[in-house]
Amino acid sequence: MTEVLFFLSAIVAIAGAVGVIALKNPFNSVLALVVHLVALAMLFLLLHSEFIAAAQVVVYAGAVMVLYVFVSAYVGEEGETWTSGGRLQRALAFLLAGSLGTVLLIAMLGSGLRGLADAGELPTLEAGFGGAAQIGELLLTRYLLAFEAASLLLLAAAVGAVLLARRREDGIAEGPRVLAVTDLVPSAGTGSMTEGTRGTLAARAMEADRLAERVIAERTSAAKKAAEQAEAKDGDGGGA
Amino acid sequence: MSIVWYLAVSGILFAIGLFGVFVRRNPLVLLLCLELLLGAGNLSLLAFDRYHAQGDGSILAIIVMVVAACEVTVGLGIVVAMFRRGQAIDVDKTRELHG
Repeated sequence: MTEVLFFLSAIVAIAGAVGVIALKNPFNSVLALVVHLVALAMLFLLLHSEFIAAAQVVVYAGAVMVLYVFVSAYVGEEGETWTSGGRLQRALAFLLAGSLGTVLLIAMLGSGLRGLADAGELPTLEAGFGGAAQIGELLLTRYLLAFEAASLLLLAAAVGAVLLARRREDGIAEGPRVLAVTDLVPSAGTGSMTEGTRGTLAARAMEADRLAERVIAERTSAAKKAAEQAEAKDGDGGGA
Repeated sequence: MSIVWYLAVSGILFAIGLFGVFVRRNPLVLLLCLELLLGAGNLSLLAFDRYHAQGDGSILAIIVMVVAACEVTVGLGIVVAMFRRGQAIDVDKTRELHG
């Protein structure tokens, strides 16, 4: 059973990887990578790393791939494939990747790791191996420093991504910037959908438009109310 | 089932990813190929973790996933910035970093 599952998911993983590099449209490459990642998670499960497999599916095939899908739909470039490079480049790439793959396979299947071949049966696992409890305990005790460094790295990456993808009004900001108090107060339209898609100025303009519309609507309703009151008074006067 | 099989699959996946990094020119697909490389590394880490049965390899695999996520966010930010400048989404045509 394990063997069948292993070969099935290994074949799917390799096919997905080939699809990533062979498909023409980046969007299709992203979808092939999703297939590859799910098959890889299956392999992780076969290695009794349940938590990593779950994280792989949730974080990768879920969140990161959504990011990829959005960006590839946004950028939307098509037409380049692995055959469109120069012939020399392709030959060199094939040579390098092929020789690396051969060396890796020789090292792993051949004589390289004799300890692995002699080991025979794998050690029996304790209960809870690869579960969230074991990983959490290791992360917060022995590997606390790596954990903190990873969180710092994630923070830096998030800030960097926001800085990189931010829309600038005049290309790149030049020269030193002087920060005024008013810069700290968000202007109208900050954080809105319009700002994200059409820039800060458009968002401000839209916000100003909305404000003007509201003022006009208030004034019209006030005028209408005043007219109604006057009419009512007239009617009262006429009745009396 | 011996972990040598898993290591072999990991080696094949790594070679495929490396080939993709060499031949593709769309930075988006390059990032996907880097994912292939990191996934292959994770597979062999977890295989050795199964071999030693101590759980340390899982931690390293998680850190690799964190690094991959960081690389994705920054890389996709660069791709979006390139697109907004009207530059070609092609690493061969992107010759300068400034402007």
